[in-house]
Amino acid sequence: MANLSPNRNPMPTRDPMERRRDFGEVALGYTTQQAVDEAQRCLQCKHKPCVGGCPVCVDIPAFIQCVARGDFAAAYEVISRSSSLPAVCGRVCPQETQCESRCVRGNKGEPVAIGRLERFVADWHAAQTDAAVTRPAANGHRVAVVGSGPAGLACAGDLVKLGYDVTLFEALHLAGGVLVYGIPEFRLPKAIVQQEIDTLRQLGVHIETNMVIGKVLSVDELMTGGGFEAVFIGTGAGLPRFMGIPGENRNGVYSANEFLTRVNLMKAYQPGSATPIRPGRRVVVVGGGNVAMDAARCAMRLGAEEVTVVYRRSAEELPARAEEVEHAKEEGILFRFLSNPVEIIPDDAGNVGGVRCVEMELGEPDASGRRRPTVKPGSDFVMEADCVIMAIGTSPNPLIKATTADLETHRWGGIVADKTGATSRPGVFAGGDAVTGAATVILAMGAGKTAAAAMDKYIRDKAK
Amino acid sequence: MYSILKKETLNTSVIRMVIAAPLVAAKARPGQFVILRVDAAGERIPLTVADYDREKGTVTVIFQTVGATTLALSRLEVGDSLADFVGPLGRATRTEGLRKVAVVGGGVGCAIAYPVAKKLYEQGAEVCCITGFRNRDMVILQQEFAAVSHRLVTLTDDGSFGEKGLVTDALRRLIDSGERYDEVIAIGPLPMMKYVCKLTEEYGIRTVVSMNPVMIDGTGMCGGCRLTVGGEMKFACVDGPEFDGHQVDFDEAMQRSGMYRDEERHAYEAACNLFKKEVQ
Repeated sequence: MANLSPNRNPMPTRDPMERRRDFGEVALGYTTQQAVDEAQRCLQCKHKPCVGGCPVCVDIPAFIQCVARGDFAAAYEVISRSSSLPAVCGRVCPQETQCESRCVRGNKGEPVAIGRLERFVADWHAAQTDAAVTRPAANGHRVAVVGSGPAGLACAGDLVKLGYDVTLFEALHLAGGVLVYGIPEFRLPKAIVQQEIDTLRQLGVHIETNMVIGKVLSVDELMTGGGFEAVFIGTGAGLPRFMGIPGENRNGVYSANEFLTRVNLMKAYQPGSATPIRPGRRVVVVGGGNVAMDAARCAMRLGAEEVTVVYRRSAEELPARAEEVEHAKEEGILFRFLSNPVEIIPDDAGNVGGVRCVEMELGEPDASGRRRPTVKPGSDFVMEADCVIMAIGTSPNPLIKATTADLETHRWGGIVADKTGATSRPGVFAGGDAVTGAATVILAMGAGKTAAAAMDKYIRDKAK
Repeated sequence: MYSILKKETLNTSVIRMVIAAPLVAAKARPGQFVILRVDAAGERIPLTVADYDREKGTVTVIFQTVGATTLALSRLEVGDSLADFVGPLGRATRTEGLRKVAVVGGGVGCAIAYPVAKKLYEQGAEVCCITGFRNRDMVILQQEFAAVSHRLVTLTDDGSFGEKGLVTDALRRLIDSGERYDEVIAIGPLPMMKYVCKLTEEYGIRTVVSMNPVMIDGTGMCGGCRLTVGGEMKFACVDGPEFDGHQVDFDEAMQRSGMYRDEERHAYEAACNLFKKEVQ
């Protein structure tokens, strides 16, 4: 019996006033009853429009049908055919612009809560202790995956399942990439990431941390001395951008990358961690993406009295997910739209004392299709601040490009790769933010999976 | 992994450790650095490579006990292991074409200056080393420097070892006496490097300095190590750690190096108390 309610089951979340001072997960997840009830809202459309909105083509109606009849193991089986990281994607995918935006239920009412159901299924699976992992039969070929973020994890996962001997190289001391250093605990618990990585290990993936490819070993060395027949580069877009305004090197100005890495990877918020952080009393976060929301909400959790997101366009143009903006507002994060910093003003000690901003107006649409902000003359104003976090984007890391001969890159630093992930170097594939520039977890995962298939074909063709 | 093979005390607060790290040793060159963590809750700190042995697969680091992490590191013994040891990071010292060089080291910075001097000496350059310390108790690496320099001048602030004075005094005297250096390489505390650069700017001698700012990942990701060089933002980890000293904004670098002074002092005191309790 279909559930004809126009409204989806709301996601149970922790009280904003309670959660804004700790790092516990905000969204609690559906109960079994809520999940089954929500799954019954799915109309099981024959043409499956939702699947077309999923970068990794999960058979959404099929898994939801399993949930609706209470067969969660079968639901997990359906999802894991296409997605390597369902517990992660169920939490951080922008479903509202992907699968859910195509849901027929959305025409009259709210779309089916596909993301919440995916998370429910993944969490249900994770709670089953008897879930045994069987190692696939080895095919005798060695491949390397550089970077253990979403692209690398997805690529390694698919390759190991095809029987490859996979080595995953990570520059930091912990695998997971942006899932570990970037996305905060309260949005994506690190235990979940760890579980996904442990699964890969059980499948046979060798994970080597502290391996800065391009420095410790080059891509060429991996392919010659290392004996890897193909290499996937999923090194992300980790280089922080700054605004280039006066005072940006004052103490108290962080890149979002540094701020989030101190908090998430180095656990600076925990008493036992040796990594310091200066959280600030009045914090200004510059930018309007998910990273800006993460930084602002972390600053609040570290005890800030006031956190303000400064964005040069208006609320309508915010690139962050609506849900993240909503959660941030509930937690007391303030927003100052149509404003742009022009100078960091020092205090008496030379540290950050404030931010001089100008007001902006929106003009004609620019290349991105969004209306271009222009400065309103004579609109200067000063915001008091002792901490400023720059969350205005990142660029691909140049280490691989600089040390890999004949690897073609774009002028902005991204690696040139075709639809399958193949680069200008035979046997070298790439995907994720390293190719596209900063994007989403799911797009990176999709690119990792596509490249895995292409690497498999490349190696099989070569063996012929 | 990363076990400590040798530990040696160079003075009351400076320790030399030889670490098993074959992959780092295989690639390390003078001027580059590593990032290490003592244990799983530890912070990531950068240390410049003091020496390496490719055949034995070892890397030598020399550090001064100045904070909680270096204190914890100093408490490890031969046979203990580090949680992480990653490198070599940063760009190596450019020594090509240099024929006559003054290498200036200050305090524990001498540990970084030494491999540079050695490399220059081995490639046949005329090397003059000037090393400066606070007092005789702080003096390190004199035999090592003597073996790789054509001239070695050592000074202490109080005259308790070598000459009394600052490294800049000796450098000025040598230049004034007619020594013509292709380049000066200065490695030490920020104020020392700043004043060496001021001096060589007067004489128009190209000067390279090695910066050692606060850093997390060491691969260009955090931007914590940013500096202003020639009016542009640079990251010490990937663009450096060595820069044209005449272009570096030292005052800004000094301000930035004090970012966590309070936190560092608290952590250091807490660590000292903890270790004292262990002893009792």
